[in-house]
Amino acid sequence: MIEKKESLKEYKDRLDTALENDFLRTAMDNFAVAYRTSRRNAFSEMDVDAVIRDVAAVKADAVKNNEHLLDQFSKKAVENGIQVHMAETAKDANRIIAQIAEQTHSKKIVKSKSMTAEEIHLNQWLENEGIEVTETDLGEWIVQLRKEGPSHMVMPAIHLSRYQVADLFTDVTKVAQDAEIEKLVKVARRQLRKKYIEADMGITGANYVIAQTGTLGIATNEGNARLVSTLPRVHVALVGIDKLLPTIKEALTINRILPRNATGQAITSYVTWITGPSECKTAPEQKREMHIVFLDNGRKKMAQDPVFAQVLQCVRCGACANVCPVYRMVGGHQLGHIYIGAIGLITTYFFHGRQNAKHLVQNCTNCGACKAVCAGGIDLPKLIKEIHAKIQDEEGHPLKSLLLGKVLKNRKLFHTLLKTASIAQKPVTAGTPYLRHLPMIFSKEHNFRILPAITQKPFRDRFKTLYTPVKKPSCKIALFSGCVQDFVYPEQLEAAMKLFKQANVSVEFPFDQSCCGLPALMMGEKDAAKDVGLQNIKAFKKQGVDYIVTLCASCASHLKNHVPDLVKNYAPEDAAEFSEKVMVFSQFIRRIIGIDHIKPTTFPRKTAFHSPCHLCRGLGIANDPKKVIAQSGHDYIKTDEEETCCGFGGSFSANFPSVSKEILNKKLMDVENSGADLLVTECPGCVMQLRGGALKKNQKIDVRHISEIIQS
Amino acid sequence: MSEKKIISEFVEKASMVSAIVHGVTGMEDALEKTIQICREKLPCENLMPADSNSSGKKNLAAPNMDEFHYGKLQMLCEKHGITLIKEGVRNFPGGIDMGVTMMDYGIAETGTLVLNSDSEETRLATMLCETHVAIVDKAHIRKTALEMSDELNEMTVKPSSYTAFITGASRTADIERVLALGVHGPLELHIMLIEGD
Repeated sequence: MIEKKESLKEYKDRLDTALENDFLRTAMDNFAVAYRTSRRNAFSEMDVDAVIRDVAAVKADAVKNNEHLLDQFSKKAVENGIQVHMAETAKDANRIIAQIAEQTHSKKIVKSKSMTAEEIHLNQWLENEGIEVTETDLGEWIVQLRKEGPSHMVMPAIHLSRYQVADLFTDVTKVAQDAEIEKLVKVARRQLRKKYIEADMGITGANYVIAQTGTLGIATNEGNARLVSTLPRVHVALVGIDKLLPTIKEALTINRILPRNATGQAITSYVTWITGPSECKTAPEQKREMHIVFLDNGRKKMAQDPVFAQVLQCVRCGACANVCPVYRMVGGHQLGHIYIGAIGLITTYFFHGRQNAKHLVQNCTNCGACKAVCAGGIDLPKLIKEIHAKIQDEEGHPLKSLLLGKVLKNRKLFHTLLKTASIAQKPVTAGTPYLRHLPMIFSKEHNFRILPAITQKPFRDRFKTLYTPVKKPSCKIALFSGCVQDFVYPEQLEAAMKLFKQANVSVEFPFDQSCCGLPALMMGEKDAAKDVGLQNIKAFKKQGVDYIVTLCASCASHLKNHVPDLVKNYAPEDAAEFSEKVMVFSQFIRRIIGIDHIKPTTFPRKTAFHSPCHLCRGLGIANDPKKVIAQSGHDYIKTDEEETCCGFGGSFSANFPSVSKEILNKKLMDVENSGADLLVTECPGCVMQLRGGALKKNQKIDVRHISEIIQS
Repeated sequence: MSEKKIISEFVEKASMVSAIVHGVTGMEDALEKTIQICREKLPCENLMPADSNSSGKKNLAAPNMDEFHYGKLQMLCEKHGITLIKEGVRNFPGGIDMGVTMMDYGIAETGTLVLNSDSEETRLATMLCETHVAIVDKAHIRKTALEMSDELNEMTVKPSSYTAFITGASRTADIERVLALGVHGPLELHIMLIEGD
């Protein structure tokens, strides 16, 4: 692996190249679709949330007791005749393994797949010592021969076609090879068998390290780890200290979930439990020489960190990549350094440094799909933002994010700027509600959607004329508008006001409310996000309302899930009270005022629903908007990608427009294929992205906020 | 869950991962079926012709069978011209036709077999063969791995132990996610379910 400083521009070029790779795109897309079904089937007989909670709890406990488990394991292993080594750094681990090779006169090594070995670049080190190292996992062997790293945690060569593999095997065997998968697999069987027999040493990783019995648990489909740990006379296992568990029970608990989450398999073909050193008839005294090298590489420090300790709950299933909309577009080499997917965006910083992490960490839409499937229960999107903020704190904040932070902190300045912008943009809107040509700050690559213009009269200036106080209200709410509806789509709020009136709801509009703060958090401006959070809490505190209603799922999710955490050292009680009251529009209709206030339309249309990430995953709301659509009289059509991110992700679409565009295309194609001509959603950001994309591509899809399709 | 249900779940789950499950009347029937499968299979493709002594005969390793049944198997092998191996599987690096092993447990939830593989011969017999025949007592099939963690603990607590879970044949989907069997180990797994004594 070549370690070099890559500029943001170079990183983006790499993304563009990947987006143009048709094979990669098709392979990634087929996988994303197939994975959804196989995962669902794999968990069909169990309560998936409950079993994942069990795994997360097991791992969290093990992280807490790590030191003790390491101690217990080491004692047991030494008792059993295993040599235990502790490597503080990657270099130490490499050095120790090279030394073992030297002492045992090992010139040829076979390896089974180990992400930990990838983490420390072990192969490179050993090869520099003149040792021949052969990967035996088929995918890993392929990428080794190509001098690449794996592009997925459990499917290392998923980015390659059979033709590329056939060409590679032709080079290796000097015999022309057909691009037939069955035959290519046989080539590997024949080529690698020799390597096992000749090898002096076998290196494996481990999925589970059991302290009570001093046992390693290794899961493989190919069975290569069994040969690697059986044929050579020396066995070295390289394991991160995060793999330690108390007993086999915990290992079995995880093993029930890991393969299901990784590939939708109930179990891998082989799970091997080695208490070692095992019988080896070619070794002195017929016992294999066995070493375990424990790798720290920053893990011990991480285990003590209140925020990042949960990173060690990762079981390396790779599911966070499987469901990631960005991974689906660009593949693993572009969405990871060594570790791939959401977890890679986090661990790269710790294991491979800021330089390799700083662009990568921004390539996240914050859709939360990873968090929803994580077997270790890790709050991946949150930690990605934490890393983003950490890097900016260390390196200095970029001007645009610094400015955004400063502006957002000052509500009056922010709103004045928006109002000024509505006048300044006139030459480019030509009197239409859209920006015909993009203003200078946006480059041409943002031109994949037609962006709306800023309204001349924001909702805050319209509220007083729209609302007449009600007597004996059914309930009291305060409206949280969010910036986009206030300044771009006030009509969405106006539509909602009609329903509130019909339902006799008392509505307050606190004028001191500001941006929810999510854009600041997305750009790594944690401090600004905290400040606006406090402002909003203060603005709504005086109102004495029953609920705080918003029509923006992103605002709702941020106010509910992030704000209390951001302000926990400043106003924990107020924040709890505030966030408790926050409700998103469809939820408020269905659970509080009732859907009966909605009159069915006489012109029903085929209607698809786009569930905003912050609605279905952020708030866990799936049914409320669909009940509202049903009551509206429109014909709801279920689409395959209903809960897939639209690619907006706030600043994400500004930072990575080419990726955002492709995610959006995928989404809109799915809607078009469903035959729907009306696409409803519940977040103005999603409306902006989806409507802009449909307009740009002249697709006959009318994109609406849910408030706009209901009649009261 | 009744024993019958557990067994039918085991059969269903094992079949899902392309294991071939045979109902047999007893151990002798199992051995006869084993020999039949061995006779019918294509001869082993020698992966390392330079290093293997090829007799032209098919070979079958049965490293962990009790003496009585090993004797029976030997008679069957002699009758049909098959070389039977009890030890030294390592001397066949290019592969053997068949490995036959007595399994310790079955796990219904996943169609998994559990095998004490402390002996190198057992490990190699199940990995260097093209066809693995696994014989398991119906009474030793458990519902889930978690429910038999005591038994598993007993197996793995022994120093120098090596315990294997085997579910279906050796498989890979590393090229274009297309499933292919037999990448390193067996290309086929047969399971013989016998009634306990």
